[in-house]
Amino acid sequence: MKVLYPFIAVLALVAVALVGSQISGLQYLLGIALPYLAFAIFLGGFVYRVLQWAKTPVPFRIPTTCGQGKSLSWIKRDPLDCPNNKLEVAGRMFLEIFLFRSLFRNTKAEIGEGPQLSYGSSKYLWLFGILFHYSFLVIILRHLRLFTEPIPLFVKVIEFGDGILQLGAPTIYQTDLVLLGAVAFLLGRRLIMPQLRYISLPADYFPLLLIFAIAVSGILMRWVFRVDIIAVKQLTDGIASFSPVLPDGIGAMFFVHVVLVCTLLIYFPFSKLMHMGGVFLSPTRNMSNNSRAVRHINPWNDPNIKPHSYADYEDEFREFMVEAGLPVDKELPPAEKKEE
Amino acid sequence: MYDGAKIIPGLIIFVVLATFAIWYGAGDVKQVPKPEKPVGYTNCVKPTQEMKESHMTLLNQWRDEVIREGKREQVEAGGKMYEKSLQNGCMHCHTSKEKFCDVCHSYASVRPYCWDCHMSAKKIKGLEEAI
Amino acid sequence: MALPKLEELSKSVAKGPSLMTGGIPKHDWLETTPVFKPENFPYPTKQEKLEYLKFPNPREWSPEDEDWKLPSNWKDIILQGFKERIDKFRSFRIFMDCCVRCGACADKCHFFLGTGDPQNMPVLRAELIRSVYRNDFTTAGKLFGKMAGARDLTIDVLKEWAQYAYQCTECRRCSVFCPYGIDTCEITMMMRELLHLVGISINWCMEPVANSNRTGNHMGLQPHTYYENVQYLADDIEEITGVKVDVPFNKKGADILFITPSADVFAEPGIYTCMGYLILFHYLGLNYTWSTYSSEGGNFGLFTSNEMMKKLNAKMYAEAERLGVKWILGGECGHMWRVVHQYMDTMNGPADFLEEPVSPITGTKFENAASTKMVHISEFTADLIKHGKLKLDPSRNAHRIPTFHDSCNPARAMGLLDEPRYILDHVVPKWHEMPENTIREKTFCCGSGTALNTDEIMDLRMRSGLPRANAVKFVQDKFNVNMLSCVCAIDRATLLSLVNYWTPGVDVCGISELVGNALVLDGEIKRETGLRFEPLAGMEG
Repeated sequence: MKVLYPFIAVLALVAVALVGSQISGLQYLLGIALPYLAFAIFLGGFVYRVLQWAKTPVPFRIPTTCGQGKSLSWIKRDPLDCPNNKLEVAGRMFLEIFLFRSLFRNTKAEIGEGPQLSYGSSKYLWLFGILFHYSFLVIILRHLRLFTEPIPLFVKVIEFGDGILQLGAPTIYQTDLVLLGAVAFLLGRRLIMPQLRYISLPADYFPLLLIFAIAVSGILMRWVFRVDIIAVKQLTDGIASFSPVLPDGIGAMFFVHVVLVCTLLIYFPFSKLMHMGGVFLSPTRNMSNNSRAVRHINPWNDPNIKPHSYADYEDEFREFMVEAGLPVDKELPPAEKKEE
Repeated sequence: MYDGAKIIPGLIIFVVLATFAIWYGAGDVKQVPKPEKPVGYTNCVKPTQEMKESHMTLLNQWRDEVIREGKREQVEAGGKMYEKSLQNGCMHCHTSKEKFCDVCHSYASVRPYCWDCHMSAKKIKGLEEAI
Repeated sequence: MALPKLEELSKSVAKGPSLMTGGIPKHDWLETTPVFKPENFPYPTKQEKLEYLKFPNPREWSPEDEDWKLPSNWKDIILQGFKERIDKFRSFRIFMDCCVRCGACADKCHFFLGTGDPQNMPVLRAELIRSVYRNDFTTAGKLFGKMAGARDLTIDVLKEWAQYAYQCTECRRCSVFCPYGIDTCEITMMMRELLHLVGISINWCMEPVANSNRTGNHMGLQPHTYYENVQYLADDIEEITGVKVDVPFNKKGADILFITPSADVFAEPGIYTCMGYLILFHYLGLNYTWSTYSSEGGNFGLFTSNEMMKKLNAKMYAEAERLGVKWILGGECGHMWRVVHQYMDTMNGPADFLEEPVSPITGTKFENAASTKMVHISEFTADLIKHGKLKLDPSRNAHRIPTFHDSCNPARAMGLLDEPRYILDHVVPKWHEMPENTIREKTFCCGSGTALNTDEIMDLRMRSGLPRANAVKFVQDKFNVNMLSCVCAIDRATLLSLVNYWTPGVDVCGISELVGNALVLDGEIKRETGLRFEPLAGMEG
């Protein structure tokens, strides 16, 4: 059920695009107006969400320490897993953001008779996660060829590298296949693994199915329902330079691709996909573990919270304290002394 | 705003990168590619739209047929027969690689590997002169 | 409360139908109703304790009752508290927003490993509250409702929060594996804070909080009792070593204020750790003092609310200032050190009236504590050993074959991993590490932290402690390990029940007990027993 609705939603988007591509007024709407709107929502929404996080203070210094901290000078410390200064934090964040360091630690626990627990290394999620993200990045960068004129060298280099196998005409991009494979894995584990299946929401399936559909439509456009790439670039480059034109003869598959991509852009800031920004701001990762050496300030620290005072404490227990021979700040009043 | 000194520059970098396509090359005059049309010919082997979209598959197919299967029969277009050949067929009419093929290919950043083996007329001429 | 039968529990854990053993629950988690029955939820806080603490909605109630006697506007109170907290804690807001439900955390939680209960996967524990966050505070949730995983805050949802906020020990293990560092501890803390707003809390947490506030320690020991308990330990030391050790209390002008969890003063096996401290300080001739007012290192405020944590913690600096000491030395404790290391200076600093800690024996400056001015006993002891200031006879611990349990907070909220290991290297002839995935930053919780160390939920505790116990079993079988050493007072209490249940034959001790036992004192008699009056190796006859 949870996978069905997102599936229907993606199919519906495809249908809308196919119909729209046949109607000239809608072509303009889907091919030009929608991309502008989607990009504006993506950019504005992303910035808004990050600013919302920025507005929220970090009251306490709460890094998760994953290695030996700075202690006595002769104890070997772990600067990347337990950073003590900004440079080391930068190192930790680099590993986290670009190499998915924490996910690399992943293990799989199993329980057997005894009971006996065992923990095996499990790097599949890390591997496919990283393949997915980097393929996606390369694909996005490759697409810059359609939005820039002249085309920057780095785009050409990436494109050349991605098609280096020189298979078929047009050349196959490795990242297309890797992306499809990785998304299929990520989707498959949600459907097959009991734990994942139980926690997965429509909001987990939707972006995966959407990205899968985007990749498929892109691949179809290149090999099966081919479109006139020169016309496409006139449209896309026109959009990027704010002088949009709608050339004739752009195939329907292009509109499917565009509608799906725009949906992803619009969906992005409202969804879990915001982890792209959030990973930079996670307080358990981006803070130094130096809270005993450098005081961290909590902007809303309440100075009116006071301990139950020593004076009140002594007032309550003075008699016992004196009797036990414990030092007190105020001696017992003489009257009470007499009673004893 | 907390940690604004880090978050704001971070956001600016993000926006700058995300809008790369907008500011990169802004102000440059956009040239829509105009490949030189052959003089004296009106019909290609396939309709223009199909050639625009799929000429590469046709060439690929021709290559396989001619080189691998030895099927060298000619194709007919507008009452004329053409060789299934890049240099002797296509370029019989579209004489200049530079003024025809390259115009669109460089616009769309396509580097077909036709030219790993084939040579353009200009190059051939250059070679001949050198010899 | 009755312990679950070992055979039954062993079978149930490994074979019972649960998500851990491959069974998929029939009910969607968005639609489950929590079930409360005897022994699956700790006793709620007594009315008088909440009244004393001036917490909302004090009353007598039972979680098994249909009616929890909540205020009629409970939902508004919770949602308003929710809003306040997402505006106050970036961690909370980010952790609500960023989870992709990749499931990497699922089998990292000791509660999930032991119960197989889906709601005990950290991701789902967080989803219990995240679903409400989406419903009331996000655009997607408002637009798409259930499709976006949003659900209305109903009474059942609230009860489910209560159930699972008290099946998390805030150990942060999941956070180590999360690609975004999402820390369920932060989420559980917020859930507990919100529940307090409508009077839902557990007595095993709030009674120690109330006691700590009034008498200075969890058990509510009044000053004279506390003092006398330490005296008894000094008497025992004299009997064992022939040396009389001083027990300075509330002494103005001492150099160092010593604060340790009160469990070290009154409960086995913590008292032996305490004897270790007393022997060490006597050996060094340290000019230090105990305090009766600040007689609790532990701080159950951490498991209650940030305000209560601050209030209880404030006693440490207040007492250090009153007594005019130079710096503070802290005993072996887990969550105490989370508070001291990550919160104390922020909440109650700056402690300008103290000096940057310097060891009076070795002259070592504890630069890592320059601002907070509080040093961990393991840092202090390791430095002494490194400088050759301690005359140690490890053979006196030859009857012990220890392993070392990293406590959650020193490991994952402090980075204190190698100091205790260094000490162990020097006070016992040999010791053995547990398997790699169960130590250091990947250590497993004792299963009963955050005030869950209560007897009415024994079944749950033995399950959640299983991953730790299982690792102990491994080294017991392989190396004949017979002692589980640690630097945490909650551990000393909870691990004892755990190993007695799962791995009989293994005992529990603090590192300082082993130090005290190995330390050769001037003028001591020939030692025939250890600090527990147990015969030393070769002295059994």
